[in-house]
Amino acid sequence: MTKNATEKISLRGVKKSFITDDGPLEVLGGLDLTVATGQFVAIVGPSGAGKTTLINVACGFTLPDAGSVLIDGVPRHGPSRKGILISQQGSVFPWMTVRENLLFALDRGAKAKNIELAQRYIDLVKLQGFENSYPHELSGGMLKRVEIARALVLKPEILYMDEPFSALDALMRLRMRTELLRILEEEHHTVLLITHDVEEAIHLADQIVVMSPRPAVIQATFAVPFPHPRQLSMPEVQQLKESILRELGM
Amino acid sequence: MTTSAAKRWQRLLLRKVVPPVILISVLIAIWWVWLAYHPSPIFPTPGDVVRGTAELVKDGTIWDHIGASLARVSLGFSLALVVAIPLGLWMGLYEVVDATLNPLFQIMRPISPIAWIPIAILLLGVSNASPIFIIFIATVFPMIVQTAAAVHTIEPRYLRAAANFGVSGPRVLVHVIIPAILPQVIVGMRISLGVSWLVVVAAEMIALRSGLGFLIIDSRNAGNRYDLVIAAMIIIGLIGLLLDGLMRLLERLKSVRWRYVK
Repeated sequence: MTKNATEKISLRGVKKSFITDDGPLEVLGGLDLTVATGQFVAIVGPSGAGKTTLINVACGFTLPDAGSVLIDGVPRHGPSRKGILISQQGSVFPWMTVRENLLFALDRGAKAKNIELAQRYIDLVKLQGFENSYPHELSGGMLKRVEIARALVLKPEILYMDEPFSALDALMRLRMRTELLRILEEEHHTVLLITHDVEEAIHLADQIVVMSPRPAVIQATFAVPFPHPRQLSMPEVQQLKESILRELGM
Repeated sequence: MTTSAAKRWQRLLLRKVVPPVILISVLIAIWWVWLAYHPSPIFPTPGDVVRGTAELVKDGTIWDHIGASLARVSLGFSLALVVAIPLGLWMGLYEVVDATLNPLFQIMRPISPIAWIPIAILLLGVSNASPIFIIFIATVFPMIVQTAAAVHTIEPRYLRAAANFGVSGPRVLVHVIIPAILPQVIVGMRISLGVSWLVVVAAEMIALRSGLGFLIIDSRNAGNRYDLVIAAMIIIGLIGLLLDGLMRLLERLKSVRWRYVK
């Protein structure tokens, strides 16, 4: 039990297949993964390896065919407010203002208190002045920040991020990473990040997990022992990057 | 008004107002010149139409006809919305309901509303209820199908987000599903209202005492007043334009704009 207490997310022997026109497609082939409480784990892998399937299983939107998903040692059977998913396309409701989006997520509780809480997180992602703006009036980077604020306002224990910044341009991506680190420093979450960008993984994560091609299992695990803020030009960082790329077959 | 705003108005006027005005003026001129060379005892000149319209305005009957037509459209259209939107939502949300009802509505939808006129007269007689029923029929099926289709095309990521926040039931319906389909429903309403207006005129041609459709048939039957026929046609066109403009205003609501921008 003592071991389980630090295990926030635990996937054991997770298998998942999808039915396609050419017969069943085995995406996850008995995958094991453990994420400790407060840890930031990045998953990299070849495209089409099933990274998105993995995160959907982890956050409860997809049920595995075999194996189990444990959150805090308890089997998970569906999505919950404890772990919020931030996806590539984003899911900020376009028919609500920034503030309304946050208030909708908060859902329960006293309205005045929720408004105050929403404001705190709008400030945290530096969107003050845009509370009453609609998403289509915001830029891509601002929209991502709304998404992050809306996830954080729930004080989730886990953030599931599926290529959250890949729709942004390179400069904005870099800025969002720094921003995310700043926010995470204030609030300690367990984070599971899916990315195809090895540099992004090294920039952000405590541990990098490399997925194998389909049917996916964990192929290798790398610790990222460098303190923040990380300089990607440092030789040991470059070395780590090369090892990871080699693992990916580059 | 600042000079730049004045300039913008000027440009708007030049681009959007002047060309159609010129086109319509040319068409009226051709009509007039043609009749000047080929005089007809029955076919009216633009001048006759203007005089006819003035006559209708002066004795006030035009307002009664417009009012009657608009009232029938509003009633039939509103009834259709009240039935179609909940039904479309129900079909969109439950596959069994959709599988059961959709084939029926797909069969009903392509039947011209005009084809229903004999049935309407049989069921409701020559009354106010008949054209209202026809308008209802003309709009209810497309609105149902449009609403159900809109529910089907809601992006799953929004429903997932709601599920992730632990929000369910009526709150998802009110805050996610309905706002998500609203832009498409508004487009459907705009098209349907256009169809209603088309149909009311046709429906009113069947022996009623009021309405713009009645005015057309009555003007022809009572002494070949083709000036009034054309006057009524032009009024029908202008009101149709106005109704469409009003529906377009709905598309400018901030909470539905997301769907039309980009």
